[in-house]
Amino acid sequence: MTEATINPATQPKNPVGGVRRIVNAIGLLRESPAGLIGAILVSFWVFVAIFAPLISPFEPNATLVPFMKPGAVNPDGGTFWLGTDHIGRDILSRIIWGSRTVLFYAPLATVCAYVLGILMGLVAGYYRGWVDDVLSRIGDMILSFPVLVLYIIIISTVGASGINIVIAIVFASGPAIMRIVRGLVLDLRNRDYVAAAQTRGESAWRIMLVEILPNARGPLIVDGCLRMGYVIINIGVLGFLGLGLPPPDPDWGGMINETRQMALIFPHMTVIPCIAISTLVLGFNLLADGMRDISLRD
Amino acid sequence: MAILIVKRIVMMLFTMFAVSLVLFLLLEIDVETIAIKVLGQFSTEDQRAIWLERNGYNEPVYYRYAVWLGNFLTGDFGTSTIYKIPVADVLWPRLWNTTILAFWVFVFLIPVSLVLGILSGMREGSKLDRTISVISILTTSVPEFASTVFFSGVFVFSLQWLPGTSSMFDGFDWKQLVLPVLVLLVYDFGYVTRMTRASMAEVMTTHYVRTAILKGLPYRQVILKHALRNALIAPFTVLMLQINWLLSGVIVVEFFYAYKGFGALLLEAALRQDIYLIEACTMVAVFVVVMTQVFSDIAYTLLNPRIRFN
Repeated sequence: MTEATINPATQPKNPVGGVRRIVNAIGLLRESPAGLIGAILVSFWVFVAIFAPLISPFEPNATLVPFMKPGAVNPDGGTFWLGTDHIGRDILSRIIWGSRTVLFYAPLATVCAYVLGILMGLVAGYYRGWVDDVLSRIGDMILSFPVLVLYIIIISTVGASGINIVIAIVFASGPAIMRIVRGLVLDLRNRDYVAAAQTRGESAWRIMLVEILPNARGPLIVDGCLRMGYVIINIGVLGFLGLGLPPPDPDWGGMINETRQMALIFPHMTVIPCIAISTLVLGFNLLADGMRDISLRD
Repeated sequence: MAILIVKRIVMMLFTMFAVSLVLFLLLEIDVETIAIKVLGQFSTEDQRAIWLERNGYNEPVYYRYAVWLGNFLTGDFGTSTIYKIPVADVLWPRLWNTTILAFWVFVFLIPVSLVLGILSGMREGSKLDRTISVISILTTSVPEFASTVFFSGVFVFSLQWLPGTSSMFDGFDWKQLVLPVLVLLVYDFGYVTRMTRASMAEVMTTHYVRTAILKGLPYRQVILKHALRNALIAPFTVLMLQINWLLSGVIVVEFFYAYKGFGALLLEAALRQDIYLIEACTMVAVFVVVMTQVFSDIAYTLLNPRIRFN
């Protein structure tokens, strides 16, 4: 007789391994066409971002021939499949390298915001009392700003850089995540398994992170996908307003801002980054929708 | 009920106070920087010292904050360094322009999103429901700046129906309002539609709706008399809170279409570091958001039949 059967408490809840679980999750997505399309769109851009150096036909910042239409042939060899911009940079290459930028900063900011929001939410929901009051009031205050107003004030005060954008996003989304986590914790903290853990004498942090948090993951994963799409939009908006990442490295929002004055004459320069950003956000939104469908089915 | 209203208003005042304190400290703690921002980079050391002395910047911070707050409450926001006129004279007309824009967005947003949400929530999983869901996910996934580009491409460039800017130099023009309203509407309606759908779908599964259907009431009457009353409570709060999103949205749209509104003013103030204008705009924005939160809270309590006050 193995030890696991003797003591059911030590037996892992789900015996299948990590890889197997991902395969299962993809299998589940097949049941939701929207979720599957979302997964395909997101994987497409992740693939593009990972293999950017291999698939990008030109250097993203190299100035070649300006104002080329999509499909034009470069006199020095190669084709500008999506044309070039006003200073002669290949748009396809910039889109490909730009996917790296957005898929680096957006997940980074979202994950950091989640770490902060989850910690605050766990503490507020588990301890209640004055800790909850203080954290909730601070959250209320930050959430009483229209999001973009907060971003603009932060970025224009501390300066535009990748890390400052991440800080601004964490600052603005942390409290929203805190609210969600707090609500979930308030519900979960009265469950029997939490009481059991308390009786066993487990530390508060262990109860919060090991007992409560894993049981709150469902709604958080769905919200995370939606939020990721929203963060991507906001990074784009900041670029569009001229508060994004400093040039010349490619950033989709910045590409739209640089060329929007010429959009009526050379629409491809502006429309292509718009399509890129929209498909990526759509991917995350569809994925979230698919996962919500699946989580409701269980 | 009165206690609830008073409580909410006290909370609102507290939030406004805290926000104003943080904003003041963020922008005005360092007096040397203020002098540079107001007088310009090429002002001399002496000029800045005289300016700071004359405008009371050598007083302690808490005293300055008290004076600032007092002026603020009486409607004196200081002088804009960009426009060289009192901030209030710039702010109120701009806010009015944005109110016009927001008004027309809501005129279309409310019926469109409610009708679509109810239609798709009425028969969950039907073909109509799925179509509406896909459309609303699609439209919320296209950021405002992207739809400004797409719509301008179609209506300004290809069809040449509408003007590409909305600066309204020659007075008010309906045509110039169409694209900004359209962009905001397309981005916002999906969310409200989905919220309405969720609320409607939930009500449709309740026992009293099932009873109403089973006792043979006409379907139209079940929807109109029984389901809607309860299904519309949640969307009402969502619509109120949508004002918060709209304030973010107008920044992008007004910037793109050069519409002389509040959002463009705030952006300009932030980019050109006009601190008094930033302070005034931010406080107005926060005030609007907090007010809508209070209103939606109170309205929710009034509308919800499960909460009664005696």
